[in-house]
Amino acid sequence: MQQFVNLTLGGVIIGAVYAAFALALVLIWRSTRIVNFAQGAMAALTTFIALSLIEGGQSYWVGLAVALVAGLVIGAVVERVVIRPVEGGPELNAVIVTLGLFIAIQALISVLFGVNQRAFVAPFSTIGFRAGDFTLALSPNTLFTLGAVLLVMVGLIALFRFTRVGLAMRASAFGQEVARLLGVRVGRMLTLGWALAAVVGSLAGMLIAAEVTFVAPTFMDSLIVFGFVAAVLGGLDSPIGAVVGGLLLGLALSYVRGYIDDTLVGLAALVILVVVLLVRPGGLFSTTQTRRA
Amino acid sequence: MAEAHGSTAAGAAGVGLSKGDTGRGAATGSSVIAGGGTATAQGVLEVEGLSASYGPVKALDGVTLRAEQGRITAVLGANGAGKTTLLRTISGLVRPTAGRVLLNGEDVTRSPVEAMVTKGMSHVPEGRGVIAELTVDENLRVGSLFRGKVGQDEFDRVYDLFPRIKERRTSTAHTLSGGERQMLVIGRALLARPKLLLLDEPSLGLAPRIVAQIFALLRRLVDTEGLSVLLVEQNARSALSVADTGVVLNLGRVVVTDDAHRLAGDEDLRHAYLGF
Repeated sequence: MQQFVNLTLGGVIIGAVYAAFALALVLIWRSTRIVNFAQGAMAALTTFIALSLIEGGQSYWVGLAVALVAGLVIGAVVERVVIRPVEGGPELNAVIVTLGLFIAIQALISVLFGVNQRAFVAPFSTIGFRAGDFTLALSPNTLFTLGAVLLVMVGLIALFRFTRVGLAMRASAFGQEVARLLGVRVGRMLTLGWALAAVVGSLAGMLIAAEVTFVAPTFMDSLIVFGFVAAVLGGLDSPIGAVVGGLLLGLALSYVRGYIDDTLVGLAALVILVVVLLVRPGGLFSTTQTRRA
Repeated sequence: MAEAHGSTAAGAAGVGLSKGDTGRGAATGSSVIAGGGTATAQGVLEVEGLSASYGPVKALDGVTLRAEQGRITAVLGANGAGKTTLLRTISGLVRPTAGRVLLNGEDVTRSPVEAMVTKGMSHVPEGRGVIAELTVDENLRVGSLFRGKVGQDEFDRVYDLFPRIKERRTSTAHTLSGGERQMLVIGRALLARPKLLLLDEPSLGLAPRIVAQIFALLRRLVDTEGLSVLLVEQNARSALSVADTGVVLNLGRVVVTDDAHRLAGDEDLRHAYLGF
């Protein structure tokens, strides 16, 4: 029973991080129909920028703020400079470009910060709360992780639902040409979408770094796989789907880790991906049906 | 036979148009023969020698026409005549290889697509360009975004014009029928307060009764509010019944420009190009 409770808690927490990362992928997919394989490397870069600030004596919060701002800038620059030329072209071009970007950014991190593992200190205590003599897999730091992801989700929903910029972004995502004819500056909205996605990705990077405690330039590689599976699980098109997909995947992998074997986690994620694509190719929250209507 | 009218003087005269200029509604269709330079006619839109290509295929070949203030100008022709390309080139979605587009006398040939609506031109694309994932209300709001804050009364006015979509305002647009979608996109275009409305095949796939309703509404807006319309239609009979002027396109060229009644009465022309 105790194991079940802790596996569930652990699954929800790691699932929340997957969800944040999946959300970043969905933001970009929705607006530009591109899966950003460089998302993990971009997040690793901003995390390393924050880490070197923290190691230099700045507080975690300064590092976090700088990481998020750096994400915003990197996302916008990447869209304008690298992605814009391949937008609307053959799909494979964009895939190759983001894959190339993934390798290039990872190499850049190694050049700038070295390839060694470095310790990343969490902003809050990672010692679990106690219930009697039972230690929960829930610590002040995991509460912070959950809270941060929740805040981002609520913020994004509010942005899309209630603001004019959010409406313009949705219009650009779903009907580029119509939006342009209606005077929406679609190019700007796409840049903004990439920038926002990179901010959310950076946050996911900072949160996962605190969970894994040691980071190397490749530390986000597994997260891109899990984030992608979570996004596909939710239908790639749906932000709510990404969140639910992230939580479901987190729980499933946590149970696999606890009840079967730690080494099967990666395999399990891919099995889930294949099963979802076989049974419900559009994902659990697909909106493709409505698009075809 | 092609009656080209490259009257640039009328283009310049179009500059200080006021929207309150509604008096001409009474003159519907009878007085103006769309030949070059009727003294009172003001060209809201002047298209001069416009050419456009898709690769080696020339879709428009030196098209010259004008849409006049407070009138409905219908562009007719068979499938593939270049009608849709004409509208897409006017609004900048397709870049022309030659020629100019003047809107109220201003050269907008190279203006970005996003800027056209701020210059007073709304383009309703073919296939009823609703944004299917957004609700009816959100679709309308997108149409007014570029204007900043827009009062609820303007939305109410659109809903009054189209009570059918008022009932569906919180529904997602993909649940609307074809006629409702057409009403939505026209209403959305009106929220931009255009001086000139470009309409691409509004009758496509709609029941004749709905087509008649939509055309009657257009006529009313043109007569009472001084709106100008450039209407592209394959359904020539309906279009000519509501338009003031007709322009017949064939293989990317203007074949004839004339008063709509006269075009409808020209049996040879109807058989050759209009199919009725």
